[in-house]
Amino acid sequence: MLPRDLKAEQFAGYPPQARALIVAHLGALQQLPLTFVPSLLREVIDYDYKFPAERKSIDRELANLSSLSPQQANDWFQGFSQLSLSPELEQSDWINQPARFVELLSAYLWTTQQLDSFRKAATVYGDRSRSATPPDPIPVRRLGIAVIGQGVASYDAPLFRNLRPHGAYFAGVRPENGLSLLLNAVEARAKAHPAPYSHWYIDGGQPADHSPLLTCVSYEGLEPVRAALLRNIQTQIQKPGMGPEELRTHLAALLPSDLGMSKAGDEVLDRFQVRLLTEASGTQIFSTTFAQWTAREALRRAQPLTLLVRFAPRQRQRPMNELLSSDHTNADLDLAGSLVDADMGAYYSWINQQRLPGAEQSAFLVWFEGHNQAIAIGPSIPPGTVSTTVADPGELAALVVA
Amino acid sequence: MTAAQQIANTLGRSRRDFLRDAAGLAVGSALLSASPLVRGAVARKKRKTIVITFGGGARDQETFSPEGRENIPNLLKELIPQSSFFSQVMNQGILGHYVATASLATGVYETLNNFSAVPPQHPTVFEYFRRDLHRPLSDAWVVAPSNGFNRIGESDYRSFGPGMGARVVLPKHLLGAAMSATSTDYDHLLRDNYETPLYAPQLAGGEFELQQLEMILKLSVDDFKAHARTLSSPDELSMFIARRLMQQESPSLLWITMHDIDIAHAGAYSLYVDAIRRTDRLCAEFWKAVESEPEYAGNTTLFILPDFGRDGDQDAGGNGFQHHRTGDAASRTTWMMALGAGVRQGVVYDRPMQSIDLVPTLGAMMGFTPSLSQGKTIRELV
Repeated sequence: MLPRDLKAEQFAGYPPQARALIVAHLGALQQLPLTFVPSLLREVIDYDYKFPAERKSIDRELANLSSLSPQQANDWFQGFSQLSLSPELEQSDWINQPARFVELLSAYLWTTQQLDSFRKAATVYGDRSRSATPPDPIPVRRLGIAVIGQGVASYDAPLFRNLRPHGAYFAGVRPENGLSLLLNAVEARAKAHPAPYSHWYIDGGQPADHSPLLTCVSYEGLEPVRAALLRNIQTQIQKPGMGPEELRTHLAALLPSDLGMSKAGDEVLDRFQVRLLTEASGTQIFSTTFAQWTAREALRRAQPLTLLVRFAPRQRQRPMNELLSSDHTNADLDLAGSLVDADMGAYYSWINQQRLPGAEQSAFLVWFEGHNQAIAIGPSIPPGTVSTTVADPGELAALVVA
Repeated sequence: MTAAQQIANTLGRSRRDFLRDAAGLAVGSALLSASPLVRGAVARKKRKTIVITFGGGARDQETFSPEGRENIPNLLKELIPQSSFFSQVMNQGILGHYVATASLATGVYETLNNFSAVPPQHPTVFEYFRRDLHRPLSDAWVVAPSNGFNRIGESDYRSFGPGMGARVVLPKHLLGAAMSATSTDYDHLLRDNYETPLYAPQLAGGEFELQQLEMILKLSVDDFKAHARTLSSPDELSMFIARRLMQQESPSLLWITMHDIDIAHAGAYSLYVDAIRRTDRLCAEFWKAVESEPEYAGNTTLFILPDFGRDGDQDAGGNGFQHHRTGDAASRTTWMMALGAGVRQGVVYDRPMQSIDLVPTLGAMMGFTPSLSQGKTIRELV
């Protein structure tokens, strides 16, 4: 089965909006190589449950593909067309299981030493596609905030080493009530620029009081889901024939309802949260990993205007079977290690924010919770500097977006 | 030159420049024509070779860079000044730990399933060594980190294969067998494969039987358990077993695969850095132990190399240090150091080489012919 043979009725199993979208652009898909199409279908098949920013991106990409002449399509996808595929891959059900196909394709490309060629083809396509479909301008400067070091009484080693060259270091922060001030700042932005999934609060522990205008995801809030997932995993790995790849496939197919989430919830957000736990590594056991990965995925997928991620202490490293057990009532916390994790996690959040449109105008703030240290990055902040300004975290949040 | 090759060259050069500044090492290309070393003083029949794979891959940011030097003080101050250091070692194969280690051991980029307990597809260095030099089973050993490595000792290649390879000891499997079912004192030493943290494979195939603890390692179960209680990580356990093997069996070819650093897959940066520091310490302690063992002192060549690197921070397809999935230059470009008998000290070589070059180099140094290896002999070492 090759893309040129695609027919509309083959997408009967897709959710309604995804099916309609595919049918509208079927002609474009028919002229693309099999090494590319399932990767696109993997995104489109979940269209009904994607964030608005993702939907816009898919809409633009499909519209652009439909605008290509056959000659242009040949030119754009030359790199993909030159890759070889196995007959097994060609014969697999890549229409209804595109994610599975992409997993198998990845293994095949590694095995046949074609991965570098695939990377190159994907990079070339991505660059051309972004040039052809520029994103809409954003209404306000994007703001990222990371709050790190919860519960750490003192820490002597230098912080923000990766970010200091990009912003100003503040050692005179007034820490009192700092988290509330930051959440107030995020709420004010949500009121000024209301849009679904545009203002996020991610907490690696128990979330603080916050505005209902914010999209909130927290490690503690997902505790019942994590527990259900770990029970599910324990059951699965006892089954004959189960291996790491089979387990991964199983996890990828889990839905919110499989893990006890209410059917009355926000299906887009619930699916996002399940993916955080089923597709990532470490998010199930370490709250710092959860916070970093959640921020990464929220930025990549929802492209929020504002994102505040607060890191909380994670449990100490223990044997994997203990980490995977759902009994964490007496879990020992690693405060200093969590601060180091969060410092790097904050850096990664900034990198991920800088991948989004408007990066040159975006702003970023990291605050050592309860302490007087922060790093502020913004268009008006001189990079690689030290500021003697005394300010509270809320004032710094205002400063970086000024 | 492709962009990836340019990045690889830059990585190699930056390691070289860093080492020249940090450790005062010479750049090797100028020394290539000089008379080769002290190899003649090492009688080939007594020669010992030890290979350590450096723990699951670490990046330059956390090791060979100004900001990473604090994590590898022992490599920088003690081992590298004694070493020939190769700053640009490329791995062009599959970046999974079992398949990459198998590739290192065969000199061929293996394509086996990283997560299956299958033997390498091509003859291993252990098979070449034992067949060509008529060495007994006891002369080649592998100390491997996780249950998934239990088939690493020998291939299923026709005319080599079963019975021709190395014995494999899996310290965690050994400890698991020794500890009582209810004990939790040793659980911290029993972490398995970090690449698939949600799934620990059950052991299948040949294994190091518990009774051999006493027969070969000359350790009672109680003594083993008592010592294990003093250790803090799986790699410390592996090093303990390796040293015991050296004392009791004196293998001429010993291969130790470390993996504590691969905790990075759990996404906790502090644990990753802690593991690098531990691995750095363990390598230095191990070399001191080698030099203190009568059978090894003065006639041992030690190779230390990661099987590959880890993803760079800037590749959008990865998540930085956490994984090695993108195939970017940072994840494919790594380093190797060789020290001890027959190796020039304090020299950095920055020409590109491949990780599969190790096996033919070992063959040239030890006197066997790895006929199916696809790597090239490292001329600076032979």
